[in-house]
Amino acid sequence: MAEFSLPPNSVIKDTGKTYAAPAGASRTKQFRIYRWNPDDGENPRYDSYSLDLDATGPMVLDALIKIKNEVDPTLTFRRSCREGICGSCSMNIDGSNTLACTKPIADVKGDVVITPLPHMAVIKDLVPDFSTFYAQYASIKPWLQTVTPAPSGEERLQSPEEREKLDGLYECILCACCSTSCPSYWWNSDKFLGPAVLLQAYRWLADSRDEMTGERLDALEDPFRLYRCHTIMNCANVCPKGLNPAKAIADIKLMMLERQG
Amino acid sequence: MGNGTPLGRVRGLGAAGGGVVHHWWLQRVTAVSNLALVLWFIFSLARLPSLDYSSAALWVRQPLVAVPLCLLIVSVFWHFRLGVQVMLEDYLHGAKRVIALIALNFYTFALGALALFSVLKIALAAA
Repeated sequence: MAEFSLPPNSVIKDTGKTYAAPAGASRTKQFRIYRWNPDDGENPRYDSYSLDLDATGPMVLDALIKIKNEVDPTLTFRRSCREGICGSCSMNIDGSNTLACTKPIADVKGDVVITPLPHMAVIKDLVPDFSTFYAQYASIKPWLQTVTPAPSGEERLQSPEEREKLDGLYECILCACCSTSCPSYWWNSDKFLGPAVLLQAYRWLADSRDEMTGERLDALEDPFRLYRCHTIMNCANVCPKGLNPAKAIADIKLMMLERQG
Repeated sequence: MGNGTPLGRVRGLGAAGGGVVHHWWLQRVTAVSNLALVLWFIFSLARLPSLDYSSAALWVRQPLVAVPLCLLIVSVFWHFRLGVQVMLEDYLHGAKRVIALIALNFYTFALGALALFSVLKIALAAA
């Protein structure tokens, strides 16, 4: 259901704490970070942390790690590879979803406002609940499915041209920046699969070795699972890997059309 | 229905099937026909010597005007119905959506029929 106002327990209250920059810092930057703790029964708030940029790494994730290590160990966020390949540190920075590890602090004018990915249930602070997202990914059966038995003693081969068709698809790291920037996903995330999962679905539809194309299309032929995409293009705008899920979705629709004749 | 687990909820009642792609495709097709027919309509109105009832009625009476007008009505109302249906499905859930979709269909067919009848009444009336 479209929701244009926050439920009372999600309204951000003006009760945040402020942490000053260390004495003698000449180049400071303010980080306003969404905080919510499921255990204290309080509403969410923004805490403000002022950091000395001369003593901080260049990326937003460097700042978050510095805050957690040196200022406030209660700050909770996901991170792992710190180089844009694991997809753990996806969050909303300065109004758009991206990876904290590949977002330069210098790109943000004014305060750096950080919130969790939009329209997801929050587990704590910047950590959203991905249960539905992962279930949606599992539902498209993201693995090679064949009828032909595997060739004996060798791989299932693919020509370089066939392999090229997976470029722009296989790079997806499932960070969910695109899905959680999509208004259609906000309003119908229980039924619409969202851009990330549909891009993954197309990754298998486009694979020359897969033999379950018809069954895969059958599973997507639904007004909600696929056709909630209205080419809003937020997905392509925010993808930190520069992919275009909207194009993959359009390609799925063309496959649907082709088989209807 | 396996609604006790995230995967069960996502799989839900399964895919609706039934050539849903036609809804999406017809929206595109009627968008193109709307473009052509609405341009023709605006261009033709601009070329009318006057917009009073008698000259408009004389214009509508011509077969090569009445037929495109009827096509325009069908195309525009069909496109409207498809588009608003998508919007209602986006924003309304459960019983509200069913009621809104029924209202949309009644509204579209009633107005479309009225518009078609109006054109045919003039076009087929004795000169």
